[in-house]
Amino acid sequence: MSDAASGEGIGQPVRRKEDYRFITGNGHYTDDINRPRQTFAYFLRSPHAHARIKSIDTSAAEAAPGVVAVFTGKHVANDGIGGLICGWTVTSKDGTPMKVGPHPILALDTVRYVGDHVAMVVAETLADARAAAELIEVDYEALPATVSLSSCQDGKAPQVHAEAPRNTCFEWELGNKAETEAAFAKADRVVKLDLKNNRLIPNAMEPRAAIGEFDKGTGIYTLHTTSQNPHVARLVLSAFVGVAPEHKLRVIAPDVGGGFGSKIFIYAEETACVWAAAKVGRPIKWTADRSEAFLSDAHGRDHLSHAELALDKDGRFLGLRVKTIANLGAYLSTFSAAVPTYLYGTLLSGQYDLPAIHVEVDGVYTHTAPVDAYRGAGRPEATYLIERIVETAARETGIDPAEIRRRNYVKTFPHQTPVIMNYDAGDYAASLDAALDAIDYKGFPARKAEAARRGMLRGIGFSSYIEACGLAPSAAVGSLGAGVGLWESAEVRVNPTGNIEVLTGSHSHGQGHETTFAQLVASRLGVPLANVEIVHGDTDKVQFGMGTYGSRSGAVGMSAIAKALDKIEAKAKKIAAHLMEAAVEDIVFENGVFTVQGTDKSLAWAELSLAAYTAHGFPSADIEPGLKEGAFYDPTNFTFPAGCHICEVEIDPDTGIVKIAKFVAVDDFGTVINPMIVEGQVHGGIAQGIGQALLEHGVYDADSGQLVTGSYMDYCMPRADDLPSFTLGFTKTECPSNPLGMKGCGEAGAIASPPAVINAVTDALGIREIEMPATPARIWEAAQAATSRAAAE
Amino acid sequence: MYQFNYERPKTLADAEALLGKADDPKILAGGQTLIPTLKQRLAMPSDVIDIGGIKDLDFIRAEGDAIMIGAATRHATVAQSADVKKHNPALAALAGGIGDPAVRHMGTIGGSIANNDPAADYPAACLGLDAKIHTTKRLIEADEFFKGMFETALQDGEIIKEVTFPHPEKAAYMKFRNPASRYAMVGVFVSRGPWGVRVAVTGAGQNGVFRVNDMEEALSKNWSPEAVAGIKVPATGLNSDLHGSAEYRAHLVTVMAKRAVAAAG
Ligand SMILES: Cc1cc2nc3c(=O)[nH]c(=O)nc-3n(C[C@H](O)[C@H](O)[C@H](O)COP(=O)(O)OP(=O)(O)OC[C@H]3O[C@@H](n4cnc5c(N)ncnc54)[C@H](O)[C@@H]3O)c2cc1C
Repeated sequence: MSDAASGEGIGQPVRRKEDYRFITGNGHYTDDINRPRQTFAYFLRSPHAHARIKSIDTSAAEAAPGVVAVFTGKHVANDGIGGLICGWTVTSKDGTPMKVGPHPILALDTVRYVGDHVAMVVAETLADARAAAELIEVDYEALPATVSLSSCQDGKAPQVHAEAPRNTCFEWELGNKAETEAAFAKADRVVKLDLKNNRLIPNAMEPRAAIGEFDKGTGIYTLHTTSQNPHVARLVLSAFVGVAPEHKLRVIAPDVGGGFGSKIFIYAEETACVWAAAKVGRPIKWTADRSEAFLSDAHGRDHLSHAELALDKDGRFLGLRVKTIANLGAYLSTFSAAVPTYLYGTLLSGQYDLPAIHVEVDGVYTHTAPVDAYRGAGRPEATYLIERIVETAARETGIDPAEIRRRNYVKTFPHQTPVIMNYDAGDYAASLDAALDAIDYKGFPARKAEAARRGMLRGIGFSSYIEACGLAPSAAVGSLGAGVGLWESAEVRVNPTGNIEVLTGSHSHGQGHETTFAQLVASRLGVPLANVEIVHGDTDKVQFGMGTYGSRSGAVGMSAIAKALDKIEAKAKKIAAHLMEAAVEDIVFENGVFTVQGTDKSLAWAELSLAAYTAHGFPSADIEPGLKEGAFYDPTNFTFPAGCHICEVEIDPDTGIVKIAKFVAVDDFGTVINPMIVEGQVHGGIAQGIGQALLEHGVYDADSGQLVTGSYMDYCMPRADDLPSFTLGFTKTECPSNPLGMKGCGEAGAIASPPAVINAVTDALGIREIEMPATPARIWEAAQAATSRAAAE
Repeated sequence: MYQFNYERPKTLADAEALLGKADDPKILAGGQTLIPTLKQRLAMPSDVIDIGGIKDLDFIRAEGDAIMIGAATRHATVAQSADVKKHNPALAALAGGIGDPAVRHMGTIGGSIANNDPAADYPAACLGLDAKIHTTKRLIEADEFFKGMFETALQDGEIIKEVTFPHPEKAAYMKFRNPASRYAMVGVFVSRGPWGVRVAVTGAGQNGVFRVNDMEEALSKNWSPEAVAGIKVPATGLNSDLHGSAEYRAHLVTVMAKRAVAAAG
């Protein structure tokens, strides 16, 4: 590796290139962008969870100061604009496709959750738009709402969509049912557990925003928006919603401040802005405020599950049976059907050799905000279930929780699970051992005793997680109902002066791609990091891409770049051979210098780059001028990051306050490009996981369907002082299915940590189950109940 | 926000005059409560009278056996004041535990008690320390000031000028924070001083801050954590919400009172 690249290549903890611009306030977020003659949009939202719209009178609003236009669902429908779609079709066990209710951009005759979009006011200023919205008279007939997951299918609960009887969108199953029944029939022990996976509200730092524009001259629409996948947004808006033909629609996702999944989806507000821009003939800007974000961003999780694990007399797992009711909210969001099915059921084998698994998932509608992918998407729910029931099995059998896991780990690879996934590589015992060491497992009894002397209850909890990342082989997801392929594209453009632009279909909204992707290029081409620019987030610049989610940007996005770099190198060698009058086979490229093997002839990268464009004397049949290559990379398998998290808590039984005393995470992400960024990803993920376990809860009032946790007064986001200092460790088995050996790290922390925390809390309290978030109040109540149970016994 | 007239008077007299003239005025101090309320369009005052420009309202003075704090004094100033730390460390600690640094550098004592949020901290200090609230019209005893949730004895156009806290012999405040908002879910202020013993509870009660007579009596006889350990306030009348039941809050009142007495020494 050259001097220039030595500190900057793969594996180096390079500081993030993008941070200087962010922390000095020089980022370009959507709300920072202003267009000439821009207007502002405000959305009137439903105050009811469920109501019929008898009439809407917008006349007073239209006459209000500064108002440019007021739109309702009728205007959208009259323009032939379609509703929002779900891009993944799930088929029920009886063979019928999922039952989809319409999802209009602006409500037509019914509103289905508090915050549902009813009308759009476009005005000279945001204040004008808001003031005018108050003048819109909507005559609602309020209707009873369906909120509860446990009763929404009982036939008596109000219907969310006429298309879906019993509010059931699909009844899906996966696994080998007969084998599972047989496994339970011969089991020595069956462990049962009822679990809730709490609803979460994403809360990216930057709320959603959009600027829609229309150029009358060219007929081209432009949408600046907070998207994790601008090309998918363009595809959906053109092919399905019908806003504009694909070649007449440009989507730009500039700097985006966090997504966690919530910015994958194609929402009503952004769509309305781009559609209405042509109607008013001026750009329209909309930025959600935090209250709107709470109401209208797609939420995450929200499962109700019953699980049963069959064991033999030695504590070996024989089978797993799961029934889950998954809340989809009032409408299907862009990927919502896939999350509780193919991203959930397929991971229920965990790290274990589980010969028989049968899972049934009912996807249901309720009068609540749509639920879709949120950091981890399905995999945290699967991990929570499996790691909670395994821990419970350890307690019921009296086998040490580390030992019962070790006994049941998958040990040989590849390993085919009964639920689609084929695990390609891993060493689960290695991460368990490293985690046990890091937390000093042997010292735990002494720490527990010492805590008891201080009146504190100390507990320990394990989580051996696995996830499927690197979404995903296109053929595989296609056969499972996906409407898209999940490959990624890249283009590498070498400029005449030798610096490089890499165009990627991945999108960075906090992950640090501008640094890590550049590290790959620096490593491969021997150029300094500063000479590499990563270009993303603009459909006019990047030809196509599937975006960033599912920890796919490294494993899939960088693999595409690696493939393009292979082509660059091949062509560059051809040029070098021509210039140095040697055979291509004799050209060696190392540290940014081309040499002819066995000679002292050499050519620096910059010289070659210039020559590629001067192209003097190229044999035109053989070598085209220029140095630019593109590639599409379609993964051959998912990747399987895995590891072991262990959490130790101390509970104050008088108050119910939990303190996380120690948290160890040992992860196997395969090849790591930038360990500092990876650690940051793990930290953030664990913080979110601890948030889910102890703090965060999206709650709707059971009767009215009002969002109770609609602000930070009630929705508890984790803060730095809620968290311990994390101890991280890494083990490594390379991913065999991609050229870089990468597995992905973006979601692991959020997937692994909740069960570790809850296992520790229940261990400390000596109870089987506690609902997330395990707030002080819940813990105190559980401790009271445990004490009175003990007294009664 | 709706449109309003904004005024920033330099003297109390000007402020009073402006308040007298306006249709439906609102006093603005640190804005930590009022500004979010305006932004959410939950209030539509005709005039907003910002008292932040009145120098006479921003002071801390230790005189005789009391500390006087001007109404526009910020929480951070109280928390860091050498005088408050010396004579009334419990009060300094209370101010230093309000919200977060941004809130503490904007929010004021006058705004806090005028607002009388049932989960605010200062009301517990006022009631727990037998404070006197001086306004542009009169002196109001803390016992008479807090009238219920977001309600006080203040009349229209009446401005809080100063709060006087007599020095306690012993005092401490223990706050169980609401995990989300970090306001008090239960905060207990205990003190002993010329006024005897006081135990004031904020956060728990539906009608805001209240005193616990049983605990005061028990502590008068025996100033020790054990004296209150067995005393439970009834759960009726306490808040019950997502963050905790009335029973839980009732339990926490005892736990926090015990810990406050222990901390007061
Ligand atoms: C994120 C956050 C966290 C917080 N956490 C806490 C907490 O933990 N504990 C806590 O106690 N508080 C907390 N607060 C509230 C904070 O303490 C504020 O200071 C308090 O709400 C009001 O003070 P202010 O100076 O900002 O008043 P403003 O918001 O300006 O005014 C509040 C009300 O008081 C009136 N008012 C103001 N000054 C006077 C005066 N001199 N005379 C008469 N009326 C007056 C105003 O007209 C208005 O009605 C928090 C606030 C925020 C935003």
